[in-house]
Amino acid sequence: MEFLFGFSNFMLTFIAQRLLQSVIVMLTVALIAFSLFRYVGDPINNMVGQDTTIEERVELRERLGLNDPFVVQFGRFAINAVQGEFGFSYQHRRPVSELIAERLPATLELSLVSAILALAVGIPMGVYTAIRRDGLLSRGFMTLSLIGVSLPTFLIGILLILFFGVILRWLPTFGRGEVVQLGWWTTGFLTSSGLKSLIMPAITLALFQMTLIMRLVRAEMLEVLRTDFVKFGRARGLPDRFVYFKIALKNTLVPVITITGLQLGSIIAFAIITESVFQWPGMGLLFIQAIGEVDIPVMAAYLVMIAFFFVVINLIVDVLYFVVDPRLRVDSASG
Amino acid sequence: MSVWRRTLTTTFAGALLGATACAAQAETFRWGFQGDVQTMDPHGLFETMTLGFQRNIYEGLVIRDDKMEMVGALAQSWQNVEPTVWRFSLRKGVKFHDGNDFKADDVAFSVERLRSEGSDMKVVAALIKETKVVDDHTIDLITPAPNPILPLQLEIFYIMDKQWAEKNKAVEATNVKGGDEGNYANLNANGTGPFMLKSRQSGVKTVLVRNPNYWGEIKGNVTEAVFTPISQDATRVAALISGNVHMAYPIPVQDWKRLKDAEGVKPLTGPEARTIFLGFDQQRDELKGSNVKGKNPFKDVRVRQAFMNAINIDAIKKKVMRGAATPTGLMIAPQINGFSEALNNRPSYDVDGAKKLMANAGYNDGFEVTMDCPNDRYVNDERICQAVASMLARINVKVNLLAQTKSKYFGKVLAQNGYDTSFFLLGWTPSTFDSHNPISSLMACRGGEDELGAFNLGGYCNPRINELAAMIQSETDQAKRQAMIEEAFKIHKDEVGHIPLHQQPLSWGVSEMVDVIQRPDNVFDLRYAVVK
Repeated sequence: MEFLFGFSNFMLTFIAQRLLQSVIVMLTVALIAFSLFRYVGDPINNMVGQDTTIEERVELRERLGLNDPFVVQFGRFAINAVQGEFGFSYQHRRPVSELIAERLPATLELSLVSAILALAVGIPMGVYTAIRRDGLLSRGFMTLSLIGVSLPTFLIGILLILFFGVILRWLPTFGRGEVVQLGWWTTGFLTSSGLKSLIMPAITLALFQMTLIMRLVRAEMLEVLRTDFVKFGRARGLPDRFVYFKIALKNTLVPVITITGLQLGSIIAFAIITESVFQWPGMGLLFIQAIGEVDIPVMAAYLVMIAFFFVVINLIVDVLYFVVDPRLRVDSASG
Repeated sequence: MSVWRRTLTTTFAGALLGATACAAQAETFRWGFQGDVQTMDPHGLFETMTLGFQRNIYEGLVIRDDKMEMVGALAQSWQNVEPTVWRFSLRKGVKFHDGNDFKADDVAFSVERLRSEGSDMKVVAALIKETKVVDDHTIDLITPAPNPILPLQLEIFYIMDKQWAEKNKAVEATNVKGGDEGNYANLNANGTGPFMLKSRQSGVKTVLVRNPNYWGEIKGNVTEAVFTPISQDATRVAALISGNVHMAYPIPVQDWKRLKDAEGVKPLTGPEARTIFLGFDQQRDELKGSNVKGKNPFKDVRVRQAFMNAINIDAIKKKVMRGAATPTGLMIAPQINGFSEALNNRPSYDVDGAKKLMANAGYNDGFEVTMDCPNDRYVNDERICQAVASMLARINVKVNLLAQTKSKYFGKVLAQNGYDTSFFLLGWTPSTFDSHNPISSLMACRGGEDELGAFNLGGYCNPRINELAAMIQSETDQAKRQAMIEEAFKIHKDEVGHIPLHQQPLSWGVSEMVDVIQRPDNVFDLRYAVVK
């Protein structure tokens, strides 16, 4: 009991510290983002028609506060953002928070499925290629993984669309299909068109991570299989399956968790490319359209939110270490 | 191999059969465009695409039909009863989608709504000084000065229901700044048009359904229409070829062949009413970003003429536009009121003549100039600029091309940045389909009290054009008016105020399962769409 109390106490301080740091990270991201926005272009011309007079354009600039000095604009953004208020999208003419809430489910569902796919396929493939290093199948996996690592995401997406969408016509080429409303959340998991639409984007997004995890697990496994305790295990006559999965795999998992955690952040962030190739209506698509239209409030909110995701994911990864690696628990409890 | 091929064919046939059967029951029409309709508010954004989409839901007093002829919509007839008074007799028995009656009050209300802070159509509001409701179905629109083309200019002015707006706190137009009352109308719509808004998720999907109580005849047979913005070119083309949408546009000119080769789809093309042209800074005493100091070579008409002669428009048409452009000598397209075939010829391509002109002007060795060009606004815009740059190299002009995304390009060259450009490419579709619009916006001297020439980025100036613009605005005799328009174009042409290049192509891709009508302003009108 006392051990647990000490542990959770330590954890609470740790989490509180991390959350405090996250605020600083997000403010810094916002500051950098804001200082870059001036180079993206002038939003006004995307918000008015061809025949709108110069006076009206000037007046609109003034109304939106775009003529204020940088510090004032940033200050206004920061104060509002702290209160959870991200302003109005220039392009959609709606509150940014509403837009993000609307698009969040699409991105999270896609990222989640991709991450699970990457793990579920990547880890077994990694273990297999480590055990049967010279097998024909292993070599096949390795070649495949090379393609996965080196082909750019958009190309993979377009190739998939071409093959499964245009030539075979098995899967829809764009969008999210029919979605079901569950409270404020929309899900594509409950309809067949939603599930079909998910397949190609999820594979596209997962492919890079899948190959990364596979190569990582393989390398770690090879390392662990050479260690003494595995040799002892074998010498004791333990069955191969037990040695590989209970002893070896478990010991490879710490780096895998770190990388997977960090990669989950990138999956969400890099969903931008996949989303735009498949016209997947998530936050990434929202962001990329916002860049084109110089929709500053949307860009700012998105970047701050992605920063927040990264901080939270890192935090979860750190907490998971404690769960997986007993050595850390002992150190912190005694310390 | 053969098994695989057979499976493939079966799947193909199956997919086609399935799609046809489905279409016969519901007549759902699906289409994709590169961007979204920015708002459902008919007074929120003065932009062709947005207004064109809204035209399915909302209606104006007048409308262009499938042949681009002006016909009555909510107005049955109209008359210029006094020089400054237009009287519109409104159609009786018209109901808004929510069942409210359409009355003259709604027109008067909509005019006022155009003047509200969030409105992007104050330009249209300025055409009307005041409104006078004569009775429930007659209204007078009083103009600040005689205006013979008012009905033409009001085609994009849509009528909103006063009661509905008041009930939903949408009395003012949607404000991009937010915090306003008009935002209900941003996502919801209640017009009198042939289609009703069923659902709308901005940037994702908009669904329309046929209005069962429409006052007129709907020529097409579409009962439900699903619009999706698809921003990536490759995705849009794939969506069309795979049969996921019935229509997609724009299709990159390079992909026309692919559509022709694919089964069940075809490119639908034609000249757009948009004219692409080049312009020069003729205002500054010294060009920005040029090696000529102390003077501005573009003030010399011989230099401008030399540029004109040095451009091989046929090469641009053939190589850059793949044969899909209509070279032009005028700043307007044939569809625009005031077009003159006689003035539309171009001087022939003549490098030697151009060199001579340059030598006479004292630029035998040419000079250096920066060219501004958008790279995502017009069809193959950046590649046109590159072609122009290489053609001008032959008369020793070194062009430093600055091609950038439209937000940066327009942010640099337009009025709010002090027209920061020496040499540029721009495109223009007159929103009124009348010559007065380009004459007053692109060709008249800027910065004067008449507030004309706002988009005359190079500051070309001949005061006679401003005089003519004012006369054209109020001249009611069509023959006289045409003579004035031609005089303005003639002056502009003789002085090479700009270099017109071509009308760019409209580039749609359509499934052979549907018939659609392509308007020269790139607007798609759902009421004429037929699903076969």
